[in-house]
Amino acid sequence: MFGTALIVFREVLEAALIVGIVSAATRGIAGRARWIVGGLLAGLVGAALVAAGAGALSQLAEGMGQELFNATILGVAVLMLAWHNIWMSSHGQALAANAKELGGDIRAGARELSVLLVVVAAAVLREGSETVLFLYGVAVSGETSASTMMTGGAVGIAGGVLVGYLLFRGLLRIPLKWFFTATSALVLVLAAGMAAQAARFLIQADMLPSLASPLWDTSAIVSNGSMTGKVLQGLMGYDARPSGMQIAFFVAVLLVIGAGMAWVKRRPPATSP
Amino acid sequence: MRRFALLVCTLSAAAALAAGEPEFKLSLENHKFTPDRIEVPAGKKVKLLVENKDATPAEFESESLKVEKVIPGKGKATVFVGPLKAGEYKFVDEYNEKTANGTLVAK
Repeated sequence: MFGTALIVFREVLEAALIVGIVSAATRGIAGRARWIVGGLLAGLVGAALVAAGAGALSQLAEGMGQELFNATILGVAVLMLAWHNIWMSSHGQALAANAKELGGDIRAGARELSVLLVVVAAAVLREGSETVLFLYGVAVSGETSASTMMTGGAVGIAGGVLVGYLLFRGLLRIPLKWFFTATSALVLVLAAGMAAQAARFLIQADMLPSLASPLWDTSAIVSNGSMTGKVLQGLMGYDARPSGMQIAFFVAVLLVIGAGMAWVKRRPPATSP
Repeated sequence: MRRFALLVCTLSAAAALAAGEPEFKLSLENHKFTPDRIEVPAGKKVKLLVENKDATPAEFESESLKVEKVIPGKGKATVFVGPLKAGEYKFVDEYNEKTANGTLVAK
């Protein structure tokens, strides 16, 4: 049971961290809970579908369907987070200045939240499908009883959700003055890390050259298998042995979104979105 | 890259063999790898063909090889690794880590 719980926890952790950050980053936008729950549900349904179609998926694109699928999901999430951050850099100040006025900005809020629904759904979909497959394997092998498996799975999921929730609570304690700067920075790094992970999948599929791999090796300090490594991987795509291409993707996304944010901020505050 | 490989292939089968990545086969049965130690050339991109003979899905994973791929029950998967520096690289089926583990040696 403990083994099952641990593996499920590791799979759930990354999605939980992403949902924690997104939940915090949307602070003050009316109706966000509905959208986040919507994203979770959509992701869970998607995860079950992906797990059921795993066989078919892996046959696509000359056996590289899975890599392409993962890279695409990550790519979509990067685009959505980029949009979120750029939007926030023009609205974040206003949100911080007067949280009460937000009711009037519902249309902008809805569009913004639909973007984050996609991010949440993508995170849950990707990690969730692996969890479903793992639990399915445990169930089919018949080595452990269904109740042991269910308990292990539930403990693992609960652990992951708890970490995500703690991150969320922790972020909310940041003073409002710094809050949007802090969450924007987190989202920025999160997006860049996802881009680097997408690059890794494309390298694995032999669709991108690795460009010097590894560029460096910090696995002796923090390995990706350790809990710290897992958390860092979830937060910023940490890879103890990154390839040149991964770093290139990371830096490029960081620069592009950063430039977008700076550009929007320089313009006079938008009256309508 | 792929089109180029195809062109080479039509020109000469021998040339195609030279241009393609060396292939290595691994299989999983009863949640164990065969072979559980595999030698590949260092400094070269290598193609690994992993066959999962078990009915349950596996996740072929290696931190050091930078590989992560789900293989459905009774399924096959192809992964590209390297070019690798000489040394030992561990790999596992993440879903059955205790029994399903092996080492790839790059020489």
